Amino acid sequence: MAKLQEAAVAQITEICDRHKNDKTPLMMILSDIQNEYGYIPLEVQELVSQKTGISVAEIYGVVTFYSFFSLTPKGKYVIGCCLGTACYVKGAQNVIDKFSEILKIKPGQTSEDGLFTLDALRCIGACGIAPAVSINGQVYPKVKVDQVPTIINELKEEAAKA
Amino acid sequence: MISTVNDLNERFEALSKSLDDKIKGGDGKRHIVLCGGTGCLSAHSTEIMERFNALIKEKGIEDKATVNQVGCFGFCSQGPFVKIYPEDTLYKMVKIEDVDEIVEKDLIGGEIVDRLLYVDPKTNEKVTKQEDILFYKKQRRVALNGCGVINPEDINEAIGNGAFQGIKRALTMTQQEVIDEVLASGLRGRGGGGFPTGRKWQFALNVEADQKYVVCNGDEGDPGAFMDRSILEGNPLAVIEGMMIAGYAFGASEGYFYVRAEYPIAVKRLRIAIEQAKAEGLLGKNILGSDFSFDCQIRLGAGAFVCGEETALLNSIEGKRGMPRPRPPFPAIKGLWGKPTCVNNVETLACVPYILREGAANFASVGTEKSKGTKVFALGGKVNNVGLVEVPMGTTLRELIYDIGGGIPDGKQFKAIQTGGPSGGCLTAEYLDEPIDFDNLVAKGSMMGSGGAIVMDEDNCMVDVAKFYLEFICDESCGKCTPCRIGTKRMLEILTRITEGKGTMKDLDELEELSQTIKANSLCALGQTASNPVNSTLAHFRDEYIAHIVDKKCPAHVCKNLMQYTIDADKCIGCGMCAKGCPASCITRTDYVAEGHKLASMAIDADKCVKCGACISTCKFNAISKV
Repeated sequence: MAKLQEAAVAQITEICDRHKNDKTPLMMILSDIQNEYGYIPLEVQELVSQKTGISVAEIYGVVTFYSFFSLTPKGKYVIGCCLGTACYVKGAQNVIDKFSEILKIKPGQTSEDGLFTLDALRCIGACGIAPAVSINGQVYPKVKVDQVPTIINELKEEAAKA
Repeated sequence: MISTVNDLNERFEALSKSLDDKIKGGDGKRHIVLCGGTGCLSAHSTEIMERFNALIKEKGIEDKATVNQVGCFGFCSQGPFVKIYPEDTLYKMVKIEDVDEIVEKDLIGGEIVDRLLYVDPKTNEKVTKQEDILFYKKQRRVALNGCGVINPEDINEAIGNGAFQGIKRALTMTQQEVIDEVLASGLRGRGGGGFPTGRKWQFALNVEADQKYVVCNGDEGDPGAFMDRSILEGNPLAVIEGMMIAGYAFGASEGYFYVRAEYPIAVKRLRIAIEQAKAEGLLGKNILGSDFSFDCQIRLGAGAFVCGEETALLNSIEGKRGMPRPRPPFPAIKGLWGKPTCVNNVETLACVPYILREGAANFASVGTEKSKGTKVFALGGKVNNVGLVEVPMGTTLRELIYDIGGGIPDGKQFKAIQTGGPSGGCLTAEYLDEPIDFDNLVAKGSMMGSGGAIVMDEDNCMVDVAKFYLEFICDESCGKCTPCRIGTKRMLEILTRITEGKGTMKDLDELEELSQTIKANSLCALGQTASNPVNSTLAHFRDEYIAHIVDKKCPAHVCKNLMQYTIDADKCIGCGMCAKGCPASCITRTDYVAEGHKLASMAIDADKCVKCGACISTCKFNAISKV
């Protein structure tokens, strides 16, 4: 078992304790870890297993079943292009293709500099403003293909400043 | 604290008066409300609200005007909206820069800001009041009651709007009487199944158990649907009250909301509503002084479409992989943690307080013979007025698309409307005058589903649409049963082949055979309905499939392998803008100069073209077209 930093062990223990009064806490524990760290690697799953008594096999099964849980780290900016029906019929495929082309990553991948992750989302319910793109939770309405380079440049500038 | 019926009555009296004053102007103030749905929030509705607050303070008119954010107005394509009571003036597509003018002209000057009014596309006239806009005229708000009117983060406004009056009445009735009332209303499950809600509750009531549960299915995964999200964002207490009534009716004391993690605003507002209801004593022990106790919690989904299936959803709450369970036993007999459980959709539960408050007869006064009440649709795609609409059952597709939806944009031809999402089918122009209800849509080869309604025009390729849905299903198949896991994959491969121009006529037979097998042999509704989009497009648009296979052409010019961009040499003035923007450098100058033009025309090298479409959007002379 690879070593987790002490602070991480303490925090994951705290997350497990937070839900210990719940009958079936696994989903909530994993959601909290995913939100906190951006991914749930095997070492963390082993720790959760020790704390909850649920087998690693079962935890791994759950982590890999749901698309919100990730085994690898995500980028600083997670770009989610909605590919729901309403967005799709309004050209969302071209939008995600453009992101993919400029960032040189496929949906589901993270750029080498660790800045961007590109995700294809299944309907975020913002159909009134299709095609919609959600970047770190902020929704960009009616995105056009030629807006894509500007969006990426703005994010790059923001990252350089930080 | 509201611990008795008397407390509720007193609060209701005071609060309904203040809500009424707000809407009708009885308090002499102007009340500004802004749409706070996901769509309008992304268009800076919160910043606009802050600007209003700052300006009102600056101008010293705090005692004359209030500002609030409310739930979804429904008319998402024209957002963000600002509405001013008591005049009911509706401003659309408001920007932060417009706030100064609204405050100066309208709030202080009492004059309407003309340029921000909605313009009726048919008459070209400006409409001042919301109720006069055609989009709203044919609607009737039952499930959406309160959405766009009350502040969803303030329990007082909800109480003033009649919240908890339904549970108040239910508590004076026996369990059986409550179920009979819901049965009499004719309410059927709004999540897609259309099963009578009262019957589901009856099953659960008839089972003896030490613990029963109500589960609210808020895992609205159908792409293109956002009814449940808007209800949870706009009036979460209506859903909580519906859950309480369900709990009382069949004897459950605990409820679970299962909501998609993709809906952060809905989750936040639901959480606030539950906390406020607990603080008032409206959730917890001995509600309104009765023997009935009820509590509820939220569980978040994690991005799996199949969890909208009720037994998969229960597995997910139990911390397992969200795979469906065989039925029977049905959840009403053996559900969450093996206890009797009723899983009801958000919209279904939102209708329940209305039924108890206004009576079954009132609810059943609209609708068709077997589908009573109203239905919320998320109208999207190629239609002018995109948004959320609630109409009586029995409204025709034509009224939905042309009267409420305002028709197809840019003068294009209507092609089909897809209802029921990936489990549904498409309906063509010949069905436009069909009334919408559960049974009629099924009879016509589609289904109601949860209420997604995507309009498609002549620019949409139906083979591509079928492929899109299959891709979705293939991705979301949980993998438990072979016909769904492998069958949908094989169907997707065939469809991909056809859209790439490599299909054969034999592929069509294979698609049909596979779809039969998947339908007959899958465990859950996801698999059983997986092939519906293919079946219905094959039934209505077989010629498009054949065009892809035999002529190697995509009639709608969508499938990239089967279309080309071309420049009309006589229309091209030779400006060269297209060549500058071409990422593949495949546009070059010819030596042909058209009559009356100074420069030689441009031409596209079809072999090098990557079909990105950049040229067509830069050409100002309509010289480039798809063939």
